Amino acid sequence: MGKGAILRRFLLVPPTLFGVAVVVFVLLRVVPGDPIAMMIPPGASQADVDRLRALYGLDLPIFEQFIVWLKAVAVGDFGTSISRRQEVIVLILNRLPATLELVLVATLIAVALGAGMALIGAYFRRRAPEWGIDGAVAILLAIPDFLWGLLFILAFGVLWPVLPISGRIDPRLGAQFATGFYLVESILTGNWSVAGNLLRHAILPAVALALPLAAILTRVFKASLGEAELQDYAQIARSRGFTRGRVLLREALPNAAIATVNLAGVQLTFLIGGTVLVERIFSYEGIGNMAVDAMINRDLPLIQGLVLTFAVLFIALNLAVDLLTTWLDPRIQHG
Amino acid sequence: MAEAANVSEGSGAATAAAADDTRRRAIRLDPRAVAGGTIVVILFLTALLAPLVAPHNPLAQDLLLTQLPPAWAPGGDPAFLFGTDSLGRDILSRLIHGARIAVIVALVAATLACLIGSLLGLAAGYFRGWVDQAVSRLIDVWMSFPPVLLSIVLAAAVGAGLYSVILAIVVVDWTRFARVVRSETLLQGQLDYVAAARTIGMKPLATLLKEVLPNILPLLATLLTVEMGIAVIVEAILSFVGLSVSTDTPTWGGMIAEGRQLIYQTPWLLALPIACIVATVLGFNLLGDGLRASLDPVQRR
Repeated sequence: MGKGAILRRFLLVPPTLFGVAVVVFVLLRVVPGDPIAMMIPPGASQADVDRLRALYGLDLPIFEQFIVWLKAVAVGDFGTSISRRQEVIVLILNRLPATLELVLVATLIAVALGAGMALIGAYFRRRAPEWGIDGAVAILLAIPDFLWGLLFILAFGVLWPVLPISGRIDPRLGAQFATGFYLVESILTGNWSVAGNLLRHAILPAVALALPLAAILTRVFKASLGEAELQDYAQIARSRGFTRGRVLLREALPNAAIATVNLAGVQLTFLIGGTVLVERIFSYEGIGNMAVDAMINRDLPLIQGLVLTFAVLFIALNLAVDLLTTWLDPRIQHG
Repeated sequence: MAEAANVSEGSGAATAAAADDTRRRAIRLDPRAVAGGTIVVILFLTALLAPLVAPHNPLAQDLLLTQLPPAWAPGGDPAFLFGTDSLGRDILSRLIHGARIAVIVALVAATLACLIGSLLGLAAGYFRGWVDQAVSRLIDVWMSFPPVLLSIVLAAAVGAGLYSVILAIVVVDWTRFARVVRSETLLQGQLDYVAAARTIGMKPLATLLKEVLPNILPLLATLLTVEMGIAVIVEAILSFVGLSVSTDTPTWGGMIAEGRQLIYQTPWLLALPIACIVATVLGFNLLGDGLRASLDPVQRR
């Protein structure tokens, strides 16, 4: 990707965002169930209903509604949540850090697990450990994150209750935080007992989210390592007497990592999407859990805000991954 | 292989026959395809013959025999191999009947998503230009939504039920096919056999359907198989959040939701449908992997 390609990549963002906005608007206008009907007490007069309709701009033609809505959304005004009677943007910003921390922990676990299994598999090519890892990957790929979550609850919450299976932190700790990033904050301030409690709550949902990504990473990274090991530079290092392990780590790994990062972008969006159900299953107070609540309550403004938040996260992530690949790959940089 | 046969019809016949022979042998020998195929056949037979195989009526309640553990556990009843749920319904029979919804969703939703996605992908990859731009931007927009959230919103918008589950899967997952088919068609479009077909006067559409499409079919078969597994998972997700078929019809996802609520009383009610879903998805995935290894000439070497 040269300079022109990077610029073109950036230029793709606005149309994608606009398309996302159109889809979100259209999709939620077809949700049955009148949002106004849910807001008013029974027995309200038609005049009250009309007044509320006008207040939310629901009396305008659909195209004008879209323009009004889009203008507000562009400055972060998603309206007021119907079920929680609070500004949607405030609700989302309060919950977002919890999800981001969960995603961060899950990603770290997935990368560590995926890289470890790929290296072991690549080192023991065509031997028992590689077959074991291939089998493990096949099973990991067959079990989606939310089923892992349920299995973990069954295993570590019920049959052998060693870990907490709901919430983000034990409320009995009475911990106070200055930011929404509880885990990062407690680690930075050296509050280890709180950090430990947060991690114990995060570990099961995070591993559930991490396992499918770890499986994909293992598969792609192992294949890339195998290819990199056959390249001239790796063969030369080998012929100069370096051990296979060293060549794998020092020569093949950095090159294979580039190929893997490129793919990891889309896969990471799947992980983030997985938080919707996994947070729900573990009663974890993030935006995914909030989205299911909003859906159940038919809270239109909140759903719109949440879907858009996820979309913005995804678009930013894909952009970041594309730029990171460019930056990492020396061929692209100098070419 | 097929390219060679297309370009030089005369001498290619023998090679093509030989290739067909190795292909058939490869399919027979790939252990993943055999294992996956076996699981899938068992699943389809179970769904087809559910009323005959199920030992009990899946809806028959027996309030005197509620929450029985599996037959091998203490207190189990051999008449109820996997125990009963909180309404005294036979879990094994419910699992067997649950396979029906899974199979219907897998077949219908995956096939429709495959048709729509592949058509758009073929058009984008072959005609390029504005068609490709339009399809690619549409894919970009679609890929910006979490699939699970999008299917939940869609299913909720249309209203719970089998049709809305199928619709949600098709509308969300066509991109899986469109992306892969588009890039594969782009690749194929640059190969000599396409130019050759155009040179001898074949129309673009005919070239696309008669020359390019057959070369993409092995890839499509793999994608379709894997998508069937995904469809089963999405159906379970939507059942889990109460957006699939009515609670009277047994589904694996619905049973998981019941099991989650009674996790301390009847943990097996949660574990068994999960095992069914995992086995099903594993079967489709293995079959897909095996098909790819058998049909793809590059991987076969």
